Amino acid sequence: MSLAWTAIRLGTVLVYLFMFAPVAVVMLLSFNANQFGSFPLEGLSLRWFVALIENDAIVRAFQTSLVLGLLTSVISTTMGVLAALAMVRYDFPGKRLISTALIAPILVPEVVLAVALLLFLQALDVPRSFFLLLMGHVIFTLPFVVLVVQARLVGIRREYEEAALSLGANAFQTFREVTLPLMLPAVLAGMLFSFTISFDDITGTLFWKPGGVETVPTQIFAMLRNSISPEINALGTVMVVFTVALPLLGAALARRLAARMSGR
Amino acid sequence: MSTSPPAVDLDGVEKRFGEFVAVRPTDLTVPEGSFVTLLGPSGCGKTTTLRMIAGLLDPTAGDIRIKGRSVTAVPIHKRNLGLVFQNYALFPHKSVFDNVAFGLKYRDVKRDEVTRRVRDALTLVQLPHVEDRRPIQLSGGQQQRIALARAIVIQPDVLLLDEPLSALDANLREEMRVELKRIQRELGIATVFVTHDQSEALAMSDSVVVMNQGWVEQMGPPEQVYNEPASAFVADFLGHSNILAGRVAGEDGGFVKVITDAGATILCHTRDRAGRPEGERVRLVMRAERLLLAERHDPAPGHSIMDARVRTVDYLGQSARYFLTTTGDAGDPGAGVDLQAINPIDRTPFPEGAAVQVRVRGEDCVLLDGDADG
Repeated sequence: MSLAWTAIRLGTVLVYLFMFAPVAVVMLLSFNANQFGSFPLEGLSLRWFVALIENDAIVRAFQTSLVLGLLTSVISTTMGVLAALAMVRYDFPGKRLISTALIAPILVPEVVLAVALLLFLQALDVPRSFFLLLMGHVIFTLPFVVLVVQARLVGIRREYEEAALSLGANAFQTFREVTLPLMLPAVLAGMLFSFTISFDDITGTLFWKPGGVETVPTQIFAMLRNSISPEINALGTVMVVFTVALPLLGAALARRLAARMSGR
Repeated sequence: MSTSPPAVDLDGVEKRFGEFVAVRPTDLTVPEGSFVTLLGPSGCGKTTTLRMIAGLLDPTAGDIRIKGRSVTAVPIHKRNLGLVFQNYALFPHKSVFDNVAFGLKYRDVKRDEVTRRVRDALTLVQLPHVEDRRPIQLSGGQQQRIALARAIVIQPDVLLLDEPLSALDANLREEMRVELKRIQRELGIATVFVTHDQSEALAMSDSVVVMNQGWVEQMGPPEQVYNEPASAFVADFLGHSNILAGRVAGEDGGFVKVITDAGATILCHTRDRAGRPEGERVRLVMRAERLLLAERHDPAPGHSIMDARVRTVDYLGQSARYFLTTTGDAGDPGAGVDLQAINPIDRTPFPEGAAVQVRVRGEDCVLLDGDADG
């Protein structure tokens, strides 16, 4: 093993340490019995998690985030699947323009998108509402769904659908029986993407949320302005579990689906 | 007394993609129970024609009838067709049983009837024990049999096969060729088969339709298309042919006498194309396997003769393919025309450089109109 390789290994370890150590510290401190974070820990406790559940504002924010995330993922995935089908399976005038427009929200900086939508709505005299917040989230999660589903759809040969049609299934039956099951792993991945992106979004949400409504990230943001409470550590831990464990679970599910399809 | 309408009837069917004409106006009839092959190089319009019959493409003009019913405006899922693809296209997320049963779901068939018909179809393709497997667990040949079972279980009006053997390796392909033909005979189902492989076309078909650049070049039973090519393209595409330009130089006892540009005199059987005026330019088609090579100076009654030298020998085991150059008299302006001959080998093939006599019978020559396209 040469010196260069050792240096690369060391560098890699340091980079990952730099990225994940703070997260680990937050998670560790959330189990700390003491009010003030210090090492070594002075006893393990779940008191900050209990405080979390007893904090109405946080529970409400959590519910809002959950509902928002679920609705976003359902709407975004439905629209994204339809858009991907149109892009891959059909030819129509203006296709390239629409394709670019569908992807654009991830190319534009989120702040710009957020301000633009806000100004647009103000110009139209439309008040901010939960519905508009939801639409905002749909706008910037849609590209992820479209990209993932499109990539899968390109790999599904047209012959499967043609075979189903020739056997007497109409267009909808063909979609339900053949196209959808074949692209299901991508559809699930799209749903998870849009849920997690919506669940921990803060930039757009800060601009779009109506007064009095908080999501988990904006709630944390608000709490940090006053003081650094250990409750935030506990909330951080919960967030990590949600946004990491859920996609992992989903990926495992998708892998099993894909494996079953290829007959293993 | 009424005769039943043909299984498939194309009436002036044409397909354009913008400026490009994929299929020129074509009339084609597939009689009930017959096996018709669309043969041609890629881009000749054969697959486009099949896809129009299937309903996967709309013709630009003309009418398509299946069993006498015009289906030009009928969508594919209401045409009752069996379609088999080159890449099988079995549904990977369904078991073999569910794949075969797929078409029956949309046909109001009772459950035990479905089971019975699926089993019958699997027995017919000689794979009765795989119904619980996934397509990916089967070999290519087995997958293609399942695809065939899926297509015939719905009792289609016509079976459409789009290069179904092309993805298989050589040995399997020949086995499947026999198998496919057996199943087709057993069911008596009208079949349209698309291929670019001339031996498949000749071996399997009741009728071969040779297509080129959107045109039907020739249509007829395999022997006719093979022995009496109607154009230089057909002669060239079906096997190895020698095509020599020449001039009619009179008649000789029921044979047309042709002097080739290389100076050889060939007697050619006229068949039904009698009455070519003397001096007319013609092209002479001679199949490589109909040119017999012999040692010089053997007597050869009934044959026309050219002298040649062996340039290259392609040894094939039971036969050899010779690349020859004719050797006329010294100073002959046309000497040195290249010929190909495929001959069975008696003991040893002629060596490279050997001087040989090329013999051809009048019956084995076909005359075409001259030099249309050089």
